[in-house]
This record gives sequence, C-alpha cells and structure tokens, in this order.
Amino acid sequence: MADKVKPRVKVPKKAEKGEVIEIKTLISHKMESGQRKDKDGNTIPRKIINHFVCTYNGEVIFESDWHGAVSANPYMAFRTLATESGELTFTWTDDDGSEYTTTASIEVV
Amino acid sequence: MADNIQKTALDRRGFVAAGAALITTPVLFGALFGKAARAGLPEVEAAMAEILGGKTAEEGRISLDLPEIAENGNTVPLSVEIDSPMTEDDYVKTVHIFADGNPLPNVARMTFTPRSGEAVASTRIRLAKTQKIHALAEMSDGSMFTVTREVKVTIGGCGG
Repeated sequence: MADKVKPRVKVPKKAEKGEVIEIKTLISHKMESGQRKDKDGNTIPRKIINHFVCTYNGEVIFESDWHGAVSANPYMAFRTLATESGELTFTWTDDDGSEYTTTASIEVV
Repeated sequence: MADNIQKTALDRRGFVAAGAALITTPVLFGALFGKAARAGLPEVEAAMAEILGGKTAEEGRISLDLPEIAENGNTVPLSVEIDSPMTEDDYVKTVHIFADGNPLPNVARMTFTPRSGEAVASTRIRLAKTQKIHALAEMSDGSMFTVTREVKVTIGGCGG
C-alpha cells in the first residue's frame, strides 16, 4: 500500500436549511494495530489514526476516537444538520502527531 | 473542600493505573507464551463500569447493526443508531464501542452534538474471532443505554 495518506470526503453540494445530511469520509492509512508481528517475531509498533474531527464553519459537529480495532483505510459516516452555507473541515490525527486535513463546501438554501 | 477534590482525583488516577496494570498483565502473559491475548468480557465490563460511574445502563434506544456472519474479520461494517430528538436539551453525547474477543477491548468512541441532527454513525472494524460487540451510549441527561450483538467471524482480523 502506498504510504501517502489521502483523505476523501463526500458532502452534498447543496442542501435545504434544517435538512439532515449524511457525510461520508475515507482516508488511506494502514492502521498498524500494534498486535502484529514481523518475520522475526518482533511486534510491529502501533501506528494508527487515533482521532477524527469534523467542524462546520469552525464549530465541532462530530468527533471520533479510534483504537487498533478500526480497520485499515478507516471509513466514517455520520450526519449533520445543514444550518448555513460554508465550509466543513475534516482533520485526522496520526499516532506520530501528523495531521491530515481536507475541506468541503456546502450551499444551504 | 479543595483537598477533597484533589484526593478524589488522585484516587481516580490510582484506580485507572491499577486497572491498566490489571489489563496489561494478561497481555504480557500472552506475549510470553506466544499466544495472542484476548480482552475478554471482564475487561469490557471494567471499561464500561468506568464510564457508567455507578449508574446502570438500560437496554433500548440504541441499536447496533453488524453482519451476523463476517467472512473477513479485517473489515466488518458497523453502524450505530440511537433514538434521540438531538436537540440542545436532549441529545446523545457519546457512544463507546467495545469488543470482547479482540486483543484490546476498546474499538472506537463517537461524540455527537445537537448539530448532528440524527445520532447515526458507521465505520468498519477489525474482529479477531467470533465475539460480542458492546455499545454504550451516554445521553445529555446522564442516562445510559447499552446493546450487545454477536458476530461470527470466519477469518480473523488480527495478526498474520
């Protein structure tokens, strides 16, 4: 698997005010659980994305903490109220402290 | 008063440390004997008891959607839905997911807000073997709801 971490999100481009919309996210990441062993029997150290947060015009609308039992290329779908036009920001935090971010805009009518 | 608070905080820390030690010991044992350690129901119950803090979780309002049989334990789709109006006064704060047959009991925690609209979330998880998945929801009024679902796993999602 490529080591480059690539986030992908699916947000409706347009929604009615007050409508509940579904947001789907996916990020390419090995999610090394820390439970596996290499050929010599040494434990492969854990390296996962341990936190995910979504903000809507700066306000946190959904958060999730992940452990080693979350699958590789973690997928997370959740819902939110379409309140106003603006930007959604998605941030994933890696065990090594790296942050992966992507944004999506929405028009609320 | 301040002393009391500090003492409670310390006691709690001590309790957590003791709990962590208890959980770590069988893991080390498992490693020594070259066998994968399993979290087991007691660890899941201990983790849930810490969140409950003496309260009792009721059944209902929360549903967990998982396949009855998972052919590949590496990626098992999981959906959780909680029946809640999701208003400022009455919403689901957090849902914790635990697995009692994995090396570690914790799977994920999802934090909702009144702006979630509906308390629904989906992800994909790893299951080492056939086991039960436990979900615990904390509501804004402090009440707790729980549900358990068994998943039969044909090929495990750990090690290898």
